[in-house]
Amino acid sequence: MIDWSHTALTIAVILGSCLTLAGMLIWVERRLLGMWQERYGPNRLGPGGCLQSLADMIKIFTKEDWIPPFADKAVFVITPAIVVITALMSFAVIPIAPNFVVADLNVGVLFFLAMSSLAAYSVIIGGWASNNKFAFLGSLRAIAQLLSYEVFMGVSLMGAVILAGSFKLSDIVNAQQHQWFVIPQFLGFLGFFMAGLAEAHRTPFDMPEAEAELVAGYHSEYSGMKFGMFFVGEYLSILLLSAMTVILFFGGWHGPWLPPVVWFGLKMFGFIALIILIRAAWPRYRFDQLLSFGWKVVMPLALINLLVTGGVVLWRAG
Amino acid sequence: MMNTWIYARNLVVGLWIVFKRTFTKPVTVQYPEEQPYLPPRWRGRIVLTRDPDGEERCVACYLCSAACPVDCISLQAADNPEAHERRYPAFFRINFSRCIYCGMCEEACPTNAIQLIPDFEQSEYARRNLVYEKEDLLISGTGKYHDYNFYRMAGVRTRDKDKGQGEHELPPVDVKSLMP
Repeated sequence: MIDWSHTALTIAVILGSCLTLAGMLIWVERRLLGMWQERYGPNRLGPGGCLQSLADMIKIFTKEDWIPPFADKAVFVITPAIVVITALMSFAVIPIAPNFVVADLNVGVLFFLAMSSLAAYSVIIGGWASNNKFAFLGSLRAIAQLLSYEVFMGVSLMGAVILAGSFKLSDIVNAQQHQWFVIPQFLGFLGFFMAGLAEAHRTPFDMPEAEAELVAGYHSEYSGMKFGMFFVGEYLSILLLSAMTVILFFGGWHGPWLPPVVWFGLKMFGFIALIILIRAAWPRYRFDQLLSFGWKVVMPLALINLLVTGGVVLWRAG
Repeated sequence: MMNTWIYARNLVVGLWIVFKRTFTKPVTVQYPEEQPYLPPRWRGRIVLTRDPDGEERCVACYLCSAACPVDCISLQAADNPEAHERRYPAFFRINFSRCIYCGMCEEACPTNAIQLIPDFEQSEYARRNLVYEKEDLLISGTGKYHDYNFYRMAGVRTRDKDKGQGEHELPPVDVKSLMP
């Protein structure tokens, strides 16, 4: 029996906090990047500049929202919504604390994978509908990259699924009460994290929107709030990636002394900071390096990891 | 295989080096609150100075205007009948929207009249406000050269001295008395 009022409240809280956090993350990223590049970043509006995202939002809402005459209008308009919707849908299965989840599906991991595959469509059709060669090249790259990395994202998190014996995310978290899965599943963690960076189009895998070569990649033609939606979608997928890494490999809400939600938030912020640090420190891969790295290095490692994990679990079971 | 390890190690080292910046202070100068130090010879806004007696130094020789690589200085000479036909600029106009602050005008000036001072805060909302007229340019002080007075050094006749009466100046030679 589902308690509807509880579910509705959870949806409201998660939706509200996700969108707020995604907005704040833009400011957090700029401040952290500034810190690591020996400058300040936005520090004017509000305490420490924390209202910067609000100012950005006002600016972006008052911009001209231009649809190119050569674009496929219906698809062009619907694409930014898909980015945000798929990212938000994934949060439905994220258990933030015990009993603090919208829908604790028993195929939660598969639902997450499905949603991240759907997000790939937005990139692809966004570039296609723009009818612009740079956007198209960006989305071509995105197709190749997302398809390759989708594969071993699934494979590398299967290790955690095998160890927990369940696709349900809260079961996976509960299985890590005594030992985080990052220790037995280190290869799996590396593979998942890299694939997640590629899914979220973050450095060093931000090939689809390589500013230096492709203007802005698949969202070159987008302006105003549609561009803003792509931006929010990117930050939502960073949140999602950190949340999933924490759940699958770093024990979710488990931790001493502090309440579960605080532990979850702290761990998640650690990963967000790591992602931003990676952006501050590492250069972008070349595209052929990216694909050969994915298929020739990470994919075999993920498969070996899966094989060994499965073997060990079966051997222990006797 | 060896290369792979080197690359992997380099990635981690790079991450660590950037992370260490967490504990260093930003180099940014928070400008409007925190003013940067400008050296006295910094080339900023252009002014027209006066000599120690309070007279305009500019003799309207057009050398600054000729030296200016972007032609932002325009002036017109006039004679002052009250001071032995001494030349002065009837108008002196600098278009700061063109000026590149190269300091060529200052180098060309024979009387140290035109000087660049350490001030760069010249922002305007309208471009026409960047055209400075003589009354905007003229300051009441001597600028960087406190004692210099062109007419005291130069061997010309002025209101209160004749030829040969200036500082470090010998009396004029009567060319007609010079016999070979």
